[in-house]
Amino acid sequence: MRNSGWGYSLFTVVNLIFLTALALIMFLPFVNVIAQSFSSTNAITTGRVVFWPVEATTIHYRYVFSDASIWRSFGITVYITLLGTLLNLAATAMLAYPVSRQEYKGRNLVVLLVLVTMIFSAPLIPNFILIKSLGLMNSLWALMLPGAISAFNFFVMLSFFRELPAELIDAGRIDGCGEWRIAASIVLPLSKPVMASLGIFYAVSHWNTFMSALYYINKPNLYPLQVKLRQMIVSDDIAVDPSATQFSELAHSSPEGIKMAVIMVATLPIILVYPLLQRHFVKGMMIGSIKS
Amino acid sequence: MAVKAEAAPVRARRSGSAGIGRWIWKYRALYLMSLPGIVFFLVFKYIPLAGSVIAFQNYNIFSGIAGSEWVGLEHFRTMFAHYDFLRILNNTLLIGLYDVVFAFPAPIVLALLLNEVRKVVYKRLLQTVVYMPHFLSWVIVSGIAIGIFSPSTGAVNHLLGWFGIEPIYFLGEESYIRSILIGSGIWRDSGYGTIIYLAAIAGINPELYEAAEVDGANRWRQTLAITLPALLPTITILFLLHIGRFLDFGFERVLVFLNPLNVAKGEILDTYIYQQGLLQQQYSYTTAMGLFKSVIGLVLVLIGNFLSKKTTGSGLY
Repeated sequence: MRNSGWGYSLFTVVNLIFLTALALIMFLPFVNVIAQSFSSTNAITTGRVVFWPVEATTIHYRYVFSDASIWRSFGITVYITLLGTLLNLAATAMLAYPVSRQEYKGRNLVVLLVLVTMIFSAPLIPNFILIKSLGLMNSLWALMLPGAISAFNFFVMLSFFRELPAELIDAGRIDGCGEWRIAASIVLPLSKPVMASLGIFYAVSHWNTFMSALYYINKPNLYPLQVKLRQMIVSDDIAVDPSATQFSELAHSSPEGIKMAVIMVATLPIILVYPLLQRHFVKGMMIGSIKS
Repeated sequence: MAVKAEAAPVRARRSGSAGIGRWIWKYRALYLMSLPGIVFFLVFKYIPLAGSVIAFQNYNIFSGIAGSEWVGLEHFRTMFAHYDFLRILNNTLLIGLYDVVFAFPAPIVLALLLNEVRKVVYKRLLQTVVYMPHFLSWVIVSGIAIGIFSPSTGAVNHLLGWFGIEPIYFLGEESYIRSILIGSGIWRDSGYGTIIYLAAIAGINPELYEAAEVDGANRWRQTLAITLPALLPTITILFLLHIGRFLDFGFERVLVFLNPLNVAKGEILDTYIYQQGLLQQQYSYTTAMGLFKSVIGLVLVLIGNFLSKKTTGSGLY
């Protein structure tokens, strides 16, 4: 394509500069967090750390890794991410697949049942009372069950299953397979792409679980990572065990470096899976937009 | 008969409840498969919906819904006479409005600009960077923001210092909180929001641009005459969806930025409901507030759906 005129060339240059600046604004805060997490407390509190560690140290990370409660929260988050995502995928597929089938009479009723929850949601307190009366307070199930099926993801999966050729299912039936066999050995292998896309979305939302833990968990030893992180971010004073001499320089000092180190620890897994994420979310979003 | 039904299951509709019963029995595996999902929606979505009747009671957790006293619309009356509620409703509406005005167009502009980047490798790099923040939790976003905007240790005040500007405690002054809420949303989600627009742009027939080129239209004219009109249906639908969620700015993203110094202008309905309802146990009063919010949301969605049908010919739902 031929580009026309110097006006366009000027625009191209300005546009590139603008977009690069924008990308830097997205990116540089991370550099700042990394720099602070590796800088000495003294350098941070005197405001000398911008994009490069000053008086480089790993003490904040050593402190974070030595804190058993952070490890426990990390473990809880890993647990709800794995188990919760598995539950999400199983529950969503087991509803979306039958409803996608022509043989399922009353499928419009089910679609309506789900749709209504998308446009009218119950207030917080009735949800809270439900969790309480189910005896799920201070249980990790309270972080996984209430969101087991996301209405939006249900519709994404439904439109995926509807696209599957009916001949495959008929072929399975002619071979004498029952419905469960058809679902497990014909439909499930074919739905790997949608499972991967939605699985990643579900997993990220479990990793970032904060709100429901705030509502339903009040035992500190059950806090998932984000709640633990939040507590550390807002506290002005992180109690350093005076007997832990290797951290004595952190006692009675600003915990900025520790906060930045915890932020990095909670962010790193997301950054590590990001290439995988990127491959899938564009696809996931496409399936979603076809629906609307 | 059975053979025929299997060959053409769609056509084999029969009337009468006995027929339906037999049909369900025949496909019981499918119905059984869907049972957990249906129970899930009934228990976790519809029971709380029914439980919202406590908005019309003085709900007492020990007496339950059956044993609590009915008070009609009392909580709604209290709500509208309460200064706090009006202030928070005002916050919610203003933040929602700023969100529509500033955050909604951001991904459209960004997508148009990204589309003008001709170097594919650089475009990919830019996309990779701007999509990233979307996957961070609000706790992390606020943690980063609190860090870089800190008056003593933050990079922003450090940079302002180079220009001789005194450190500003951005999160500690209520005049900045709404800008921070909107800005953090743009920072986190505007890049990710471009995906859907870029896909729509990719779907435009390239021949249109070639024809425009022949007619002597420059890139700016092409954007105005081809790209934007092609994006209009997508923009309309996303706009209407956005309007439907006008009061749902988001609980987490506000809560993580609030502190006693900025709460007066930053607090929205959701954070207030959490504070007063869950922590102060004003169950019925805050349920009335939540119900009010849900009803407004429903009305907005229905209006949006109606407008969508009028303008684009197809509804959202």
